[in-house]
Amino acid sequence: MTDRTIEIKGLVKEYKKGVPVLKGIDLSIEGEGITAIIGPSGTGKSTLIRCINRLVEPTAGEIRFQGLDLATLKGADLRNARRKIGMVFQEYNLVERLTVMENVLTGRLGYMNAFQAWLRRFSAADIAEAFQLLDAVGLGAFAHQRADSLSGGQRQRVGIARALMQHPDILLADEPTSSLDPKTSVEIMELMAELAGKRNIPVIVNIHNVELAKRFCHRMIGMTGGKVVFDGPPASLSETHLKEIYGGEDWLH
Amino acid sequence: MSAALPGTAAEREWVRHTPEQRILRFGFYFVCVAAVVWSLKTIEIIPEFLYDAPAQLKDFFVRMWPMDAAYYPKSVHGALIETLNIATLGTLICLAFALPVGILSARNLVPFWPINLAAKFVLVASRSVNTLVWALLFIGIFGPGALAGTMAIAFRSVGFVGKLFGEALEESHRGPVEALTATGASKASIFLKGYWPQVKPAFWSIALFRWDINVRESAVLGLVGAGGIGMAMDTAMNLFRWDQVAVVLSAVFVVVIAAEVAVTLIRRRLI
Repeated sequence: MTDRTIEIKGLVKEYKKGVPVLKGIDLSIEGEGITAIIGPSGTGKSTLIRCINRLVEPTAGEIRFQGLDLATLKGADLRNARRKIGMVFQEYNLVERLTVMENVLTGRLGYMNAFQAWLRRFSAADIAEAFQLLDAVGLGAFAHQRADSLSGGQRQRVGIARALMQHPDILLADEPTSSLDPKTSVEIMELMAELAGKRNIPVIVNIHNVELAKRFCHRMIGMTGGKVVFDGPPASLSETHLKEIYGGEDWLH
Repeated sequence: MSAALPGTAAEREWVRHTPEQRILRFGFYFVCVAAVVWSLKTIEIIPEFLYDAPAQLKDFFVRMWPMDAAYYPKSVHGALIETLNIATLGTLICLAFALPVGILSARNLVPFWPINLAAKFVLVASRSVNTLVWALLFIGIFGPGALAGTMAIAFRSVGFVGKLFGEALEESHRGPVEALTATGASKASIFLKGYWPQVKPAFWSIALFRWDINVRESAVLGLVGAGGIGMAMDTAMNLFRWDQVAVVLSAVFVVVIAAEVAVTLIRRRLI
């Protein structure tokens, strides 16, 4: 077990008492490469990912990461653990009125106190790295523009740069391509695969597009009704599995 | 053909209101009219006073004209500056209080209802007392003068600015806040970088709007002895110097228009 392994044991989440969305998930995600979670809407994919960095509070179960149980951490311990978990969102979630550069630098907020954040006392090393990351995602020329002047694909690139700015040991992506056109979706997946690959960061991505997932992922997890029903390489994901995951079959042909 | 379905159209009738709704609506209108009639009775309008009102009005203007221009440099100018100072300083003091109280009242920022309730109580208490009443209270504490006026303006404005600021915070988007939470940022950092950029234009726009209101409110504070141009007007009125009252009114009018224009221009650049 390395520091880049996440082990989930018996994870349950109930938004309403007695109505579990996640019904006891057991998963171990290790090593580099992209792991895709597929499944119909409302099946708890997003909830699962958000339980890992505690944007959603798990009801029961354990999430082991770097010798800690993420499910029970509190206060400063939780914040310190979150620094090591980057996240990319479907709606990008940039701070619209700040510049692209400052959005990338917010990835460092976990390492600074509020006073430093207020005075924008980012270290020279952080600023240099932010510029490098912006170049890496192809937005070097946009550093000083406001985030709300960018297109969807550009915003998601900033979102990826912000997440990597945290120096994460794992990257979560909650439907990172669902608001983007097909071409941009492929570009965003390529970028995540490339940048995370270079840094040996494992990526867990929720995704609706099965073909896109197959193309970029080394492992696929199929969920339905709050349970894992498939776990394996893309090659072994058959139509029978897809029928089991999404239900019905008319949509397949 | 539609005629093949005889009777369907006639059987289905469409009416805008159900009978209960109609009775309710009639009742509502009836209560409104009754309220107006009753109010007219209680305010006891004396018809004779109404008949000679046009003559009185004309008399008023005759006495006001020509204005006593010499009164401006003697008593009005200084009082006018004092009025602006009361409004500005009062607004600044109000911001210092409204910022924290507004934050405490926002349910998404402080998810603990007793604190929200306490903050909202402070805001409502501030608003429920009129500026002139606040002024009378502070005159009791600090004695008559501009200090009492400034505090009155500040205390009345906290409720206004705090309420609107708190509401702006509650309406801010959750996404950026979630993203910053995920980076491991502290609550204070999340406020500074996630909430504040979102509500900053609203905050300054509310503050400017309140300053604009305060310029007008501080102009009447002098009537109760809390400093500013109202005092000059009160003196002139007590002496029946309507030509001097006219000078004061014109000065207030010009300043209010100027404040309005300034606020509009600044706000346009802000958003």
